[in-house]
This record gives sequence, C-alpha cells and structure tokens, in this order.
Amino acid sequence: MIPDLKKVIELITGNEIWKSVFRHSYEDTPRNRVLQIVGNVWMHIHPPTVRKESLNISYTFCLGGLTFFIFLFETLTGILLMFYYTPDVNRAYADMIDLSNNAAPFGRLLRNTHRWAGHAMVITVCFHMLRVFLTGAYKSPRQFNWVVGVVLLVLTLLLSFTGYLLPWDQLGYWAITVGTNMAGATPFAGYQGPFADLFGFTIDNDIRFALLGGTSIQAPALLRAYVWHCIALPSLAGGLIMLHFWRVRKDGFSGQL
Amino acid sequence: MSAAEVITKEEDSKTKVKQEKVHTWPNLVAKEFLCGLLFLVIIFFYSYYVDAPLRELANPGEPENPAKAPWYFLGLQEVLVYFDPWFAGVVLPMFIIFGLMLIPYIDTNPKGSGYYIFSERKFAITVFTFGFIYWYVLIIIGVYCRGPFWAWFWPWEQWTLDFPTPPPLWSPHWALGLLMLLAFFGGGMYYPTKRWRSWYQELGPVRYSITMFLLLVMIGTVVKSVLRLGLNMKYVLQTPWINI
Ligand code: HEM
Repeated sequence: MIPDLKKVIELITGNEIWKSVFRHSYEDTPRNRVLQIVGNVWMHIHPPTVRKESLNISYTFCLGGLTFFIFLFETLTGILLMFYYTPDVNRAYADMIDLSNNAAPFGRLLRNTHRWAGHAMVITVCFHMLRVFLTGAYKSPRQFNWVVGVVLLVLTLLLSFTGYLLPWDQLGYWAITVGTNMAGATPFAGYQGPFADLFGFTIDNDIRFALLGGTSIQAPALLRAYVWHCIALPSLAGGLIMLHFWRVRKDGFSGQL
Repeated sequence: MSAAEVITKEEDSKTKVKQEKVHTWPNLVAKEFLCGLLFLVIIFFYSYYVDAPLRELANPGEPENPAKAPWYFLGLQEVLVYFDPWFAGVVLPMFIIFGLMLIPYIDTNPKGSGYYIFSERKFAITVFTFGFIYWYVLIIIGVYCRGPFWAWFWPWEQWTLDFPTPPPLWSPHWALGLLMLLAFFGGGMYYPTKRWRSWYQELGPVRYSITMFLLLVMIGTVVKSVLRLGLNMKYVLQTPWINI
C-alpha cells in the first residue's frame, strides 16, 4: 500500500509544532519568496529583491560573499581544532603531529583545510578590495564602508599571522621572529627604532615586548598569539563584518549597470 | 514562476535608467550557495592531496636561513632590502593602510561608480592597479627568488651558500642626499600644479597634497629599489639619527 504523499506532507507540516517553527509554507509564490528572506534571521541580511544587473557574477565575482563564507568556515574548523590543540610550548607541536597522523578523526583534513582556507581568505579579501576599487564602489555614499573594509583587510592579515606561530615549528617561529622584530624598529616606540631613547623605550618595555610578552618568543608569546588568534581578532572581525554588511544595505549596493 | 523573472520595472528618477528587480530568493541565494559549494569542493580536494607545512620543532638556537615571513608579508620583507626596518616594517605599512583608508576622501571624481571603466578614471585606476601589482611582484620575488641570507636565486637554481660576495654599498654625502630628497618631493609636489593645473584646482590644496605625497612615497620606494639594485646605493640620506 503506497501512502498518499499529500496526506503525509499534510500530516507533517499541518500540525502546531511544525507551524510554530516555520512561519510560512514553502509553496513558490511571490509572497513566499519575499518571506524566505525577511522571515529568516540568517537570510535577512539580504534585501528581498535585487537589481537584475547586480546579479552578474562578473560584477562582484562573489568575492565579498566568499570572504565571509571562508570566515565562517575558518570559525567552524578553528573551533574544532581548539578542542584538540593546547597552546603550551611543550605540547603544541606534538598536537600538530597527532592531528597530521589523524590521532583525532579527520585531524589531518581539519588542519589542512583550516590552513589553506586561511590563505584563500587573504587572497579573496585582496581581490574583493580590487573589485570594489575598479567598480568605484567606494565613492559617495560608501566612503566609510571602504574604511571599514580596510580595517577588515588588516584584521584578516593579522588573523593569518597570529595563526602562523601556533604549530610551534621552525617555520612559524622564525616567521614570527621576522615579523615582530619589525615592531621593535617602530620609530619612538620600538627599542631598535629611530629616537627610541627619547621616551626611554628599551627591549623590555617597547611595542615588541607587548606583543611577545617577553624579550624573545617564549611561552607567553605563544599564549598571546593563541588568544589574539582564537578570541580577540575573530571577535573584532566578526563585529566589523556585521557593520560592513549593515552599511552595504544602508548605503545601497553599487551595482547598477 | 521562471527563475529570474523580473518583478518590477521602475525608472530611477535621477539616472533615468530602467531598473529591473528580481527576487533575492532564489536568484541571488542560489548563486551564493553555488559559490560556497565550489569553494568547499576546491578546498577539500586541495587539502586532501596537499598537506599544510610543518617543519621541525621550534628551536630558538637554530635560525632558519632564510627566515621568511608568511607570503602575504614577503612584499614588506623584500622592501627591507631597500630600507631600514623602521620604514619597511612600520612606516610604509602605515602609509599603505591609512593611504587606502583615505582613497574615498581624496578621489573626488564622481564618475565611474557601479561599473568597470577605465576611460573615466585613468589616474585612479592606473595608480591603484600599479600599487596592487607591485605588491604582488614583491611577494613573488620574496617567495620564489630569495634564498639563504636573502640572496637572489632564480626559482630553478639550487640554493647554495657560496655565492659571490655582493659589491660594497655606498651612500652619498648627507647634504647631497637631503638635496636629492627635497628635489624629489619638492619637484614632485610642485610640477603637477603647473602641468595639470585644472586637476590641482579641482582637488584643492589639501586633497592634492595628500594624494601627491602618497604617490611620491610609492614612486620613491620603487626608485630606491632601482638605486639599490642598479647603483648599489645604501641610503639616499644618511644621518646619525635616521637613514632613508
Ligand atoms: C573580512 C573581510 C570582508 C568581508 C567578509 C567583506 C564582505 C563584503 C560583502 C559580502 C559585500 C557585498 C558585495 C560583494 O560581495 O562584493 C561587500 C561590499 C563592500 N565591501 Fe567588503 N568585505 C570585506 C573586506 C573589504 C575590504 C578590504 C574592502 C575595501 C578596502 C571592502 C569594501 C567594500 C565596499 C566599499 C563594499 C560595497 C560595495 C558595493 O556597494 O558595490 N570590503 N563586502
């Protein structure tokens, strides 16, 4: 006996529980197409209708959206990695080896995707900026959103940079050495920079010291990189991305031709 | 209902352009979904076959040679060859970041917003694209052409430690250096006000000065790298306090 499909659907979607969760039917009507956007907390960052021309892939190449998608992807894989990884100089490297050997299920894939997607995000954010520039989308009234974007660009680079130290291998260790030594050369505020003595900055109180939590890269530097990478920078970036999207809506999207 | 059915056609009162609107769901959402899916497929394929790098355990006593920053900072590390760290690692990045932020406020040209066009904004696009490409050229040099002691190796060359000693570097007398800097920045600021007078007047002195200063810093960075690579000049201006 084949059950009547319509009746089964009616049974599932017609009751109070279903209706309390989903606010409208899924029938393809103009009204539902709009409700699908405005009645869904995740979808309503979109306007219910868009200009036909701004849909062309060759206008945005989906680069901003892709950057955001990678950000979400990194958040998810990052949280999974955090369940395993310990920011301790005696354990961090061993945890990396374990992950690569799949000591945790899918550990290798998890680490690889998190790493490569991080690189991908740097690339997409750069090219998103290039597309915004080439389409003149930063012009009035969108000046401020471009500024927000530049901060997001810097945050993306910093996110990637702080993550580099976490495996505690030679590659990350010396890359961070090169990077943070530059901070030590800051004019006035870095111990090796020009005019450092003017305000009495030395190796144990300058900018580099603040970044590393010490005069060289040791356990405190690893912990700082970890907290910046997993908590502080993602929160800042997440907040600014919300602002960025809200402004895209309020300023109006630029694509018109 | 067909997929991209136009639902309203309204005339924009300002531009007199017919605007055709379609539903975001499913037209835009479907594309975003496909974009995300494509990304996932690529990243999982790549990650399945290529492992993320992991070298030996960090050892503070044994420097990597060369010690390279992550690739996206290698442009700056390459600039370290041509300038002292305070400029290459701190001041130049600051100029880049704040210069980028200022772009919308110094570019007063109202044309060319919302579509790709070169002819209406030649200056802006030329400068920005040049900077963008230059950044990536430096990165490519840093990634592929730099070996031990940051010496130049072509990608197909074997890294070795016995390469010819680089020729000695020299710097001009500080007075000559100062003169050259003043001539470069002074002339660079002054000449366009005569040559492109209407452009200067359009921007006004403040916007013009910021634009030209940033542009001259960018050109100056290129010039300095040519002076170093071609003429072995160490500093343009050498003083006890600061070297440029
Ligand atoms: C984490 C980094 C970023 C994310 C997630 C992001 C995301 C987005 C998204 C989804 C849009 C909608 C249109 C599109 O997809 O192109 C957008 C638009 C925009 N973005 Fe970004 N963006 C980021 C960084 C940047 C940067 C670095 C800049 C510029 C320096 C920038 C400037 C803009 C501007 C001005 C718009 C409005 C464009 C228009 O109306 O055509 N954003 N962004």
